[in-house]
Amino acid sequence: METLLAVTVGILIGAAVYLMLARNVMRFIFGLVLISNAANLIIFTAGRLTPGAPPLIPEGADAPADVVANALPQALVLTAIVIGFGLFAFALVLVFRAYATLGTLESDRMRVAEPDEGAAP
Amino acid sequence: MAGGRRGNGLAGVLPIAISAALFLYFLAMIPDVAASGALVIHWQWVPSLDIALSWRLDGLSLTFALLISGIGTLVMLYSNSYLRGHPQYARFALFLTSFMLAMLGLVLSDNLIALFVFWELTTITSYLLIGFGHETPKGRRSALQALFVTGAGALAMLAGLILLGRAAGSFELSDILRMGPEIRAHEHYTAILILVLAGAFTKSAQVPFHFWLPNAMAAPTPVSAFLHSATMVKAGVYLMARLHPTLSGTDAWLWSLTIAGAVTAVYASFKALSQTDLKQALAYTTLMALGTLTLFLGQQSGYAITAFATFLIVHSLYKAALFLVVGCIDHATGTREAEVLGGLARAMPITAAAAALSALSMAGFPPFLGFIGKELKYAGALAVASEPMFVAGAVLLSNALMLAVAGVVAFRPFWRRNEQPLPRAPHEAPWPMLAGPVILAILGALFGLWPDLLQTTLVDRTVQAVTGGDLEAKELKLWAGVNMPLILSIATFVLGLLLYAVHRPLRRGLQAFFARMISLDGRWDGFLDAVKGLSAWQTRTIQNGRLQSYLTITFAVVLVTLGGTMLARQVWPAAPEVGEVRWSHIAIVLLIIGGTLLAAFTRSRITAVAGLGVVGIGVAMVFIVFGAPDVAITQLLVETLVVVLVAVAMLRLPFLDRKGESDWRPGHLLLGTALGATVTAILLAVLETPLDRRLTDFFETASWPEAFGRNVVNVILVDFRALDTFGEIAVVVIAALAAYALLRTTAGRRP
Repeated sequence: METLLAVTVGILIGAAVYLMLARNVMRFIFGLVLISNAANLIIFTAGRLTPGAPPLIPEGADAPADVVANALPQALVLTAIVIGFGLFAFALVLVFRAYATLGTLESDRMRVAEPDEGAAP
Repeated sequence: MAGGRRGNGLAGVLPIAISAALFLYFLAMIPDVAASGALVIHWQWVPSLDIALSWRLDGLSLTFALLISGIGTLVMLYSNSYLRGHPQYARFALFLTSFMLAMLGLVLSDNLIALFVFWELTTITSYLLIGFGHETPKGRRSALQALFVTGAGALAMLAGLILLGRAAGSFELSDILRMGPEIRAHEHYTAILILVLAGAFTKSAQVPFHFWLPNAMAAPTPVSAFLHSATMVKAGVYLMARLHPTLSGTDAWLWSLTIAGAVTAVYASFKALSQTDLKQALAYTTLMALGTLTLFLGQQSGYAITAFATFLIVHSLYKAALFLVVGCIDHATGTREAEVLGGLARAMPITAAAAALSALSMAGFPPFLGFIGKELKYAGALAVASEPMFVAGAVLLSNALMLAVAGVVAFRPFWRRNEQPLPRAPHEAPWPMLAGPVILAILGALFGLWPDLLQTTLVDRTVQAVTGGDLEAKELKLWAGVNMPLILSIATFVLGLLLYAVHRPLRRGLQAFFARMISLDGRWDGFLDAVKGLSAWQTRTIQNGRLQSYLTITFAVVLVTLGGTMLARQVWPAAPEVGEVRWSHIAIVLLIIGGTLLAAFTRSRITAVAGLGVVGIGVAMVFIVFGAPDVAITQLLVETLVVVLVAVAMLRLPFLDRKGESDWRPGHLLLGTALGATVTAILLAVLETPLDRRLTDFFETASWPEAFGRNVVNVILVDFRALDTFGEIAVVVIAALAAYALLRTTAGRRP
């Protein structure tokens, strides 16, 4: 299953890069969502997969009785999901705002800070 | 402001005291050095890189140290009067003192890297000194030019010194000087030689890198006197002399130094005679001296090296004195034009006397030290094994021209009849400004009459240091009998006096000739413009303002670094092992892949959002299946929010593509595929390595006993890594606040 997920991650990354290189910044945001998911899956998979055994300590014991899933990557991924969401939300609002101000979603036409050659200030 | 009209206060006195103390210290070291040859002191600096602050005091460095600190003292004394009440005198004194200390560090360092650091310090401090008159464009240009030319040479030199240190296995000069044969046979010898000479030739202004030196005359006169007599420009000569035992003796060394030195000496002598500005004329005679010194360092004979050691001292004495004299003339009359000045001997008798003594030494008349220097130069030139006539001819021509220039600079302004009115009525300079020229001129005569004073103290040991102890110094004497050098000397006097007699028509001819010659100085501004144009072009190309190209470059760099590292380390994963697979797992994976492809290639916004949602839920299912329920819950929550937010935003946003436009980009797809494949390969390679479970084991066993939580993931988040979680919450809050602020600003206002 790790191998399958590794391939999946590759496809996610490929699609994310393709989307992030698009003209339309909305597609860039889609790519951002995909690449966050890819990163989370990489961390999770690299910590190895243990099916059906959450890292819980049973009542009365000091440590998990059997082999349980690796808790460390889970904690890291949890943090990453939330941060990724914060980044996504802010980027979405930024795009939204940019469209309201500039009237376009194409990054090439957003040239307030760096005017095009020829149309220089 | 230091002292205002009355003087320069502490800033004026302190540098004099520092340099005088240093001079006395080095003076006291003479007997030790004369007795033992070389003193070496070590202080560790960066032991891991084999860089030590080690000092070496032998004949060569002691000679330089005495010249630097001695002339330094006189120059400081002189400047204190010359720039009396200058509003920025404190800054000037700081620059000049720093320069002197850097120069001392350079000649005393026993470590190549430390030597380089001091070398660059002299470059920077001389930049500040040359550009002291930074109000004028000329001052700024000259300073930058000196900085760029010598700085570029120094970079080449650094490469050469590192190669040299690696070839020798040590960066200590004490070791390198003993390894001459090994270095000369080393495969990198040619590279070392070229790179080191690039540094030395730029610093010592050998043709064709000479053009910065005359421009550097934009500096105040005492600075010129210091930089161009004993210090900065001699640094290159010092380096060549220092490395003489290691690098010399090959044809490459012999010919590059002989040719560069001879061409520089002759070219500079003619150029000197073509000047009417006294200071410019002196600047070119400095070039001539540097050429001569380089020429002699190319040779191996005892006469040549003795000539080098003697002429080094002779030149420093008379050149510093004459620069200071020109400063006095400029100070007293307000002009430095040879055709305007005249009849100054009556008003400035002491200056005139000092100038006359120095000029006689420079022209090489007996009984001055300059005469001995000149005799030795001829003896050295005739001892050149390869091309004695070529070398002797070059020396003869430049010496005769020197005699003529000495007449123009130091004789005519004082003794010829005054034909034109001077800008100011001349008056004698104050004593601090006379002390320098007078003392230096008297020393030139004193050493000429009693050459033993120099022979035993400095010259013997310098020759020993430059030759690595192989050769004895030849004897310095006024009368060596009737021999070839004496005949050549007489020829020099005749030719020189002739040249002096016809110097005015000759000067006009030379000026016309040089005006037609290509000058690198004239190309300099064009060169700088080209460099600026290049940087503007590359900025336009790389920073073109297009998000797409920035991201393409970023991803391409990531691909090359990751893929390149994988290839270089040969960590390609073995045939992947699929292992135990359930149909449910395959279904989840297919779900994720399907959602991904849908989101990537659809033209419909709603389909894309649906695809994203599918991917998110698929990832959440992975988390559920593999024992991460907390993560899965968060993921589901976040994915739902993502879909809802995008859907809401889309109500106000346009379609993804304009009508009739396609988003098909094969190049980007290729880049994405390559990057994805690389990441897959990396993840597979990571999975082949054993898992380090130390942290996991710690958290599993410590969760309950130490933090009293049974859900290990939760305990990690809110207890062991609570501060991280706090930071994470802060990020989300800030993102929320920023988003709120963006949304609140009035919409529709376009710039």
